[in-house]
Amino acid sequence: MSQIFYSKDHEWVAVGADGLATIGITDHAQAALGDIVFVELPEPGRNVAKGEPCAVVESVKAASDVYAPLSGTVAEVNQAIVDEPAKVNAEAEADGWFFKLRLEDPGSLTELMDRAGYDEFLGTLA
Amino acid sequence: MVEFAGYDMPLQYQGIMAEHLACRTGAALFDVSHMGQAEIAEIEAFSRLVPGDIAGLKPGRQRYTLLLNEAGGVLDDLMVANLGQHVQVVLNASRKEADVAHMRSHGVAVTTRFDRALLALQGPKAVEILPEAATLKFMDAAPVQIGGIDCIVTRSGYTGEDGFEIGCAGFDGEALAELLLARGATPAGLGARDSLRLEAGLCLYGNDIDETTNPVAAGLGFALSKKRLAEGHFLGAAAVQKALAEGAAAVQKALAEGAAENLVGIKLEGRAPARAGAEIRLPGGEAVGRVTSGVFSPTLNAPIALGYVRGDCAKPGTTLELIVRDKPLSGQVTPLPFVPHNYVR
Repeated sequence: MSQIFYSKDHEWVAVGADGLATIGITDHAQAALGDIVFVELPEPGRNVAKGEPCAVVESVKAASDVYAPLSGTVAEVNQAIVDEPAKVNAEAEADGWFFKLRLEDPGSLTELMDRAGYDEFLGTLA
Repeated sequence: MVEFAGYDMPLQYQGIMAEHLACRTGAALFDVSHMGQAEIAEIEAFSRLVPGDIAGLKPGRQRYTLLLNEAGGVLDDLMVANLGQHVQVVLNASRKEADVAHMRSHGVAVTTRFDRALLALQGPKAVEILPEAATLKFMDAAPVQIGGIDCIVTRSGYTGEDGFEIGCAGFDGEALAELLLARGATPAGLGARDSLRLEAGLCLYGNDIDETTNPVAAGLGFALSKKRLAEGHFLGAAAVQKALAEGAAAVQKALAEGAAENLVGIKLEGRAPARAGAEIRLPGGEAVGRVTSGVFSPTLNAPIALGYVRGDCAKPGTTLELIVRDKPLSGQVTPLPFVPHNYVR
């Protein structure tokens, strides 16, 4: 995997060799949500705009939206987290990924934060 | 941490699921000091304010009762323990100030003890952790000394499990909690408290019942004493007799005619929970109610909900649709509690 980028909505984005951006929620986000019991993912082929709610995670207690960190077209979704939502808690920033986007503008990645920037952002939340 | 009724409360410690299962299989400790404890010396005067038979409550016994408004709506639900010299009431945090004002306005002298701590030790192993209170049976109340700390212990709770609620002076609360944790209790937060009470089919004030709810519709008929209903009024003092007689009349009307709406349990298919506010429809169409509480049940590994539905749709087994994110989720009306109670009587 190449460099990983982060959004202020606690999503991570990694662009693979195939040019697709893999998107998931950060470890910080999964810890804040608690035990995840249900995941709803977007339909492949759907066009999503940056900031648009496109997936849902339900913990025991509450539902939370997952936003598209960048604009693009949904190319693939991770059925494994639908079948086993706890995978998001266990492996948020690896096998617990949500969906892959074909980015409308690969240059838009620069609108996101790098790890150091995200860690600094997390520091401002406490 | 989350804000609840003006208090900063822990939603979870190690995680709702683990804390929930600890309570169902072991012993969980909840800090519920936000709830309002108060003492009332004039048992007779207080008993006239509520539809339960508190005058007939023996010393050392506890009962669930309601404060109602003139329309029969629920001002609060509360636990009342007869401690001999006085009764102790435990009020919901969000309602405690209003409750005390209500009682005082109806001539009941109330001594607030809101500075006291309240811990709930819940689960099948609670009695192993608190052998000092092992002689109590379900809904008994007694003063008990725990590790040198003077406590008022009731064998009751809000989880459907065996367990205790333990009140003590505020300054002793932390030491008492440390003692019970050292004896092996698992700390548990508001999240597990909510999922446990929902599985047990217990109402949450503000969600499932409020000032507009008739206790009959809410399935709280068990809290209405036949004797008190026959008396036809919940207050003796002339000034308030009329107002609460109207409250009693509203309750009697609902008992006779059947409430327009009933609170029911609904078990959903699939894994997506329906939360408070979700519309309830008959399959394919008509809106017949709304969800008031919803959670993913860790015990049943399935989503469950409480909600009000039209009286004719309240029969167990009725298939309903709950609308979540504009999509219908199928569920069945299920008898309450969802998970059997495990009280030691």
